[in-house]
Amino acid sequence: MNINLKVWRQRNQNSEGRFEEYKVQASPDMSFLEMFDVLNEQLIEDGKDPVAFDHDCREGICGMCSMVINGRPHGPKQGVTTCQLHMRSFSEGDTIVVEPWRANAFPVIKDLSVNRGAFDRIIASGGYVSVNTGNAVDANSILIPKEVADEAFEAATCIGCGACVSACKNASAMLFVGAKVTQLSMLPQGQPERQARVVAMVNQMDAEGFGACTNTGACAAECPKQIPLSVIANLNREYYKAKLNGK
Amino acid sequence: MKLESKIPQGSVDTKWTQYKSSVSLVNPANKRSLHVIVVGTGLAGASAAATLAEMGYKVSAFCFQDSPRRAHSIAAQGGINAAKNYQNDGDSVYRLFYDTIKGGDYRAREANVHRLAEVSTNIIDQCVAQGVPFAREYGGTLSNRSFGGTQVQRTFYAAGQTGQQLLLGAYSALERQVGLGNVTMYSRHEMVEVVKIDGKARGIIARDLVSGKLERHFGHAVLLCTGGYGNVFYLSTNAMGSNVTAAWKAHRAGAFFGNPCFTQIHPTCIPVSGHYQSKLTLMSESLRNDGRIWVPKKKDETRQPNDIPEDERDYYLERRYPAFGNLVPRDIASRAAKERCDAGYGVGTTKMAVYLDFKYNMINKYGRTEASKRGIQNPSEDVLLELGKEIAKEKYGNLFDMYKQITAEDPYEVPMKIYPAVHYTMGGLWVDYELQTTVPGLYALGEANFSDHGANRLGASALMQGLADGYFIIPYTLGSYLSKEIHTKPISTDHEAFVEAEKKVSDRINQLMGIQGKRTVESYHRELGLIMWDKCGMARNEKGLKEAIDQIRALRDDFYKNVRIPGSVDEFNPELDKAGRVADFLELGELMCWDALNRNESCGGHFREEYQTEEGEALRDDENFKNVFAWEYKENNQWELHKEELNYENIKIQQRSYK
Ligand SMILES: Cc1cc2nc3c(=O)[nH]c(=O)nc-3n(C[C@H](O)[C@H](O)[C@H](O)COP(=O)(O)OP(=O)(O)OC[C@H]3O[C@@H](n4cnc5c(N)ncnc54)[C@H](O)[C@@H]3O)c2cc1C
Ligand code: SF4
Ligand code: FES
Repeated sequence: MNINLKVWRQRNQNSEGRFEEYKVQASPDMSFLEMFDVLNEQLIEDGKDPVAFDHDCREGICGMCSMVINGRPHGPKQGVTTCQLHMRSFSEGDTIVVEPWRANAFPVIKDLSVNRGAFDRIIASGGYVSVNTGNAVDANSILIPKEVADEAFEAATCIGCGACVSACKNASAMLFVGAKVTQLSMLPQGQPERQARVVAMVNQMDAEGFGACTNTGACAAECPKQIPLSVIANLNREYYKAKLNGK
Repeated sequence: MKLESKIPQGSVDTKWTQYKSSVSLVNPANKRSLHVIVVGTGLAGASAAATLAEMGYKVSAFCFQDSPRRAHSIAAQGGINAAKNYQNDGDSVYRLFYDTIKGGDYRAREANVHRLAEVSTNIIDQCVAQGVPFAREYGGTLSNRSFGGTQVQRTFYAAGQTGQQLLLGAYSALERQVGLGNVTMYSRHEMVEVVKIDGKARGIIARDLVSGKLERHFGHAVLLCTGGYGNVFYLSTNAMGSNVTAAWKAHRAGAFFGNPCFTQIHPTCIPVSGHYQSKLTLMSESLRNDGRIWVPKKKDETRQPNDIPEDERDYYLERRYPAFGNLVPRDIASRAAKERCDAGYGVGTTKMAVYLDFKYNMINKYGRTEASKRGIQNPSEDVLLELGKEIAKEKYGNLFDMYKQITAEDPYEVPMKIYPAVHYTMGGLWVDYELQTTVPGLYALGEANFSDHGANRLGASALMQGLADGYFIIPYTLGSYLSKEIHTKPISTDHEAFVEAEKKVSDRINQLMGIQGKRTVESYHRELGLIMWDKCGMARNEKGLKEAIDQIRALRDDFYKNVRIPGSVDEFNPELDKAGRVADFLELGELMCWDALNRNESCGGHFREEYQTEEGEALRDDENFKNVFAWEYKENNQWELHKEELNYENIKIQQRSYK
């Protein structure tokens, strides 16, 4: 199939970017990133600069790939990362516009690669259980109802890709933060630090320059792991409870 | 140089306890002035970095991805083993030890494997304490599943995302230490050289992949936790960036490479579909709990799988290996699939695939249980199937979705088509009992070392080993070295050894950039991969290996004349990163072939066609090869072979049988 691409090219964080147009021959069974591999091979052979983009696992789990495709983070299909999107989701002759995540807290490194270090710093501010190696009790000594474990797991499947931020008109990181807070606040192991955690993480989120949440729900709609909007409601509840307790 | 495995004295079940209670310790004040470099933040690296920082060491950690959370461990699907015996099915430390040694076809060290089995139970406790949401039963206890090569249920899991959940646990422990200021994290950094002073590892040269700048980092010890090198085959289930560079630089700096040809080819992967393909996707071994593997009994079958009646299907694993059936170890399942396809019974457009079918168990195992739970009398097959699908979704939902996404076929309705693919490397840097390489102060953990899996790794044991190494082993064994280093003041990175190492790296990079030939890096990598797959893959023989060595040398020569790397050195340049990695693969590939050529036997994943039984099973030669091959790098891609004899005092070695 013949595909027309309009790709955001930007040399580095400080330079101006612009769209460039390319033509690529793809096959329907190719993944979207394999189509970019083909484009890059072509560019290198023509003596041009290939398009920089992030990727690693190509299985939808590492959270590294990050393209806004026709205005939507990770493209048109629900519950799918960029690397899992296949060309059969497009049609012959389509023009596809590809951009990086857009958010002040995620500065562009080059072309389609951005810096998501802010997410690591949010986790470092409190997204953990403070338990040193060697202090654990027998794993079955604390029983956890299956429903609780399943729900915590669902929240824990967040891959930290940042599509939620990119999808949000305010570039809010509430879905990402809500997912981690929800996971740990549900589990017995997360209780001792429950309130301090949520306050620290929200403070860090604000310090990183992520926007406020105005409940548009674009984040959950675009999240490749379908983290539900309810984690944001939960985050708010946890935060106000902690604040009421003077944390 | 003589290989010292440093295995402690005493009976196998007391060695580790003895070691721990007698190893030298470093007092808390001294720990604060000792600096440890941890390269890699997968399960092995993140757990080591976090634990060492908790203990008080100063730690610098490195990874080439944009965040430590993205290490390749994140992609592990099926589960992690531990000898908890929660299922009351007769499991024990000894049994896990025994299964692992046997699974590895008697090519691993008893002492290491026993220690691994011992600490396995602590790992599960630690992870649960961190908030890792493992799958649970209704009563609130942890759930288990079976993996290949065992007859007990000892595998803990979190749906098909176990690696993700374990890594996020280790990552959160790591980030906590970053937040506390005990770990400095360097993401998007690639280690490109080991710095040695007076024969000891004293630091690394790392390249900041965003700016392209070379950096010097000092450490009293250096830990390589940099994963496996399956990507030497180009197509594998590994992440795109997985590479051998760190281990290879260490090898060239004096660390011996152990059993490089021991590669695991995983039986259940989505088959290759086109020449543009960049990677292969694993379908977790856990699927073999409920999926039955078969091919049609008739050659060139044209009917759809669901139209082929039961008695015209060949469940060849159940037929050949009745005791273990679909749960034979990976090397055996892979070879059996290849055998059927080579004999002309393969399915799919390329005829290089077999079926993995869930229907039987969806109906009979899950459907029936659900029906009786819900009090449905005399359910029809359709009802049972629908009920069974719900359970399959709960157990394997993400894998089924992934399969459908890639192939556009729905595994709830039609059997999966699968074929073996490169998955894991048992080989790696040779380490002693303390996980130290042959370079003092340089350690290797996780998949990067050669240690515990012999010639074939059992499913769910890599995660166990990575976390064992990082959480529970290195924190003790590193003390043995560092307790003697408390008087070593931090060495300035202006030291000539750092200057020289940096110059070596920048010369190498300039050489690569200067070639400006015609061929892309990718095209060399693909070609190398094909050579390796054809001649050093699932089956090997003398003639093929010799040809491969010549071909790899020729390809390497061409690479240095004709590769084209775009862009410049001092910018974000993923093609340059890739070129460095492929350059190292081009050397490693040759060593793997030498290793396979010198090992004149078949064992585990290493199958030399000249050495097989009449039934086509691997034929070991314990007289000559009950050992580890440890290769020492000499100048210009020449190697010297050293051997470490393996002693089996607790397990009687036999021909491995799963029949
Ligand atoms: C698809 C898949 C599924 C799997 N499923 C299972 C399973 O269910 N159970 C099981 O037990 N095992 C499984 N395995 C195997 C297991 O996941 C790996 O063996 C294990 O995770 C390796 O962990 P590691 O910490 O050694 O290395 P990795 O997780 O590979 O981490 C390597 C780290 O090193 C860094 N690095 C590498 N080179 C450099 C360099 N030069 N400079 C700086 N940093 C560097 C990387 O950035 C990364 O942080 C699976 C493997 C695959 C491919
Ligand atoms: S919440 Fe969803 S979109 Fe946001 S980082 Fe996590 S997985 Fe990505
Ligand atoms: S590349 Fe890992 S999620 Fe897409």
